[in-house]
Amino acid sequence: MKLVVFGWGNISRGDDGVGPLLLARIEQAGWDDAVLIEDYQLQLEHALDLEGADLALFIDAGADTPAPFTFREIFACEGMTHTSHALAPESVLAVFVQVTGKAPPPAFLLGVRGENFELGAGLSPEGAARLELAWNFLHRLRQEPKPESWRGLAQEI
Amino acid sequence: MFALEQAESPEKLRRIAIEPVTRVEGHGKVTILLDEDNKIHQVRLHIVEFRGFEAFIEGRPYWEVPVTVQRLCGICPVSHLLAATKAMDLIAGYGALTPTAEKLRRLLHYGQIVQSHALHFFYLSAPDLLLGFDSEAGKRNIVGIASAFPDLARQGVLTRKFGQEIIRHISGKRIHGTGVIPGGMNKALVLGERDALRGDIDAVIEWSLEAVGMIGRLHETEPEFYGRFGESRANMMGLVNEDGDLDFYHGGLRARDADGAGIFDHADYAAYGSLLQEDIKPWSYMKFPHIRTLGAELGWYRVGPLARIQICDRLTTPLAEAERQKFIAFNGGAPAHGALLFHWARMIEMLHAAELARALLEDPDILGTDLMADKGPRREEAVGVIEAPRGTLFHHYRVGADDLVSYCNLIVSTTNNNQAMNESIRKVATQFLTGHEITEGLLNHIEVAIRAYDPCLSCATHAIGQMPLQVELIDAGGALVSRGRKGF
Repeated sequence: MKLVVFGWGNISRGDDGVGPLLLARIEQAGWDDAVLIEDYQLQLEHALDLEGADLALFIDAGADTPAPFTFREIFACEGMTHTSHALAPESVLAVFVQVTGKAPPPAFLLGVRGENFELGAGLSPEGAARLELAWNFLHRLRQEPKPESWRGLAQEI
Repeated sequence: MFALEQAESPEKLRRIAIEPVTRVEGHGKVTILLDEDNKIHQVRLHIVEFRGFEAFIEGRPYWEVPVTVQRLCGICPVSHLLAATKAMDLIAGYGALTPTAEKLRRLLHYGQIVQSHALHFFYLSAPDLLLGFDSEAGKRNIVGIASAFPDLARQGVLTRKFGQEIIRHISGKRIHGTGVIPGGMNKALVLGERDALRGDIDAVIEWSLEAVGMIGRLHETEPEFYGRFGESRANMMGLVNEDGDLDFYHGGLRARDADGAGIFDHADYAAYGSLLQEDIKPWSYMKFPHIRTLGAELGWYRVGPLARIQICDRLTTPLAEAERQKFIAFNGGAPAHGALLFHWARMIEMLHAAELARALLEDPDILGTDLMADKGPRREEAVGVIEAPRGTLFHHYRVGADDLVSYCNLIVSTTNNNQAMNESIRKVATQFLTGHEITEGLLNHIEVAIRAYDPCLSCATHAIGQMPLQVELIDAGGALVSRGRKGF
């Protein structure tokens, strides 16, 4: 089972750094069989990182998203409007389909709600607390990294 | 005061706000004031600028700055890294870089230009150009392109990946790289890395050449439309080397007027303060720089690909120079100022950067291990300038005896283009919106002009749900008539 984990955001912009910070914890915890990819933003080339993956996890901060976090399965979405140089994870999956001609691996999005995204800010108190809750949830994902199990957990959230 | 910058009686006009501009990261907003006959009276592009950037850097040790500035922007961290480090080379007291160190930095920079220009073309401009300005909004994106032009989309992804691989090999990491340090480099390129990059470079050059050809053919289909869309005659500025060739990494500043006549040439960029003046306006957070000797109304200028390929005497690589000559001939030999010509110029530059990268990958010096310059006395103040993908980028620092940055001033490419972007969207509004019922397709014309400049609002914040496009129509009394929203 090859798991690819994307954690993206800017650790110098407050809660925007939740994705990279959780990715760093995963690395420290030694998820040896997982491929960890950090970036400021999702981009076209990240579709190529999904090649050969059996399961993908995207971790990002969310603005005005449900607290403390959401967890759901995501699917390739061709009709999605892009609004910036950054792609949505659903669009990365769609680019994967277009570039490789293959179906993308099952993919899930862990979205941790943030409150403060200002340059130079650290984690907000709320963001720090939610990061801990999300980290505990990642332990549960780690116990059984299989699409069926994660779908079950997504139902619980 | 510029035409269409300020309406005489704004309170009597309808207001349309496009906020934020789609596919431009961060928060751009366009406001349009028009009367009951849809005659345009005022058009403004407001951008939430890099407020706090200087404060973010001031107070930090100077040796941290090359790493810190990479966090200013999730789109072009390498550009900030290189401009800042050029200044810190001098602050730290280093002399000329070793040949290997300079070539590694140049290769890094060319990789950044390839990946940035590829992203812009395949993701931002091709959807407009190839699918049409009025196409369904949800399809005007890379996924739409992938459906309609599968080979093009694949080439775009792989070209961008190539640029990112250059960055990874030279910086040591995809992001937060530490390969570039004051005085040189701290990581050599090893044979395996060089060979991996060399294996892909010919394909990237071929795809770049195809992209240039595609844009050129597109312009031939409707030269008047593509050449005149958003046209605003502007002064132009950029770096050239001693021979007058375009140099992305280092050189003197050259400025020419809209007809191509010289304003200044080979000017020392450290003296940018005597050449340029930064003005502020009450309605925008972003400054309005202009050439000091010409004043605000005549001295505004354009930077970036469209300026660079027209003010230089030559591109030093054969394929790109041949394409530049075609571009110049197509436009009758005189400087051209249509906004969509940016895309053509950008692809010529992508080809040029790819050719430059190939030359460096074939240069034995690129595998050298002499990476650090000799060190002399430290300085208190220095300026670093490069030609970033979007245009000239200034980093200016003062450092105290305690090694902490006491002053920082950045003029980024998008700020340099502030007035030029405003002029382009005013032209588009006059060309296409006046007298018409405003539709989503017509409003997209405004965004097409903005995207041509590829403004980077440096908002690495991108959290889910934060970037919808909102269009509000407000009547003369200030009441909300309608609101449209799209996004995710």
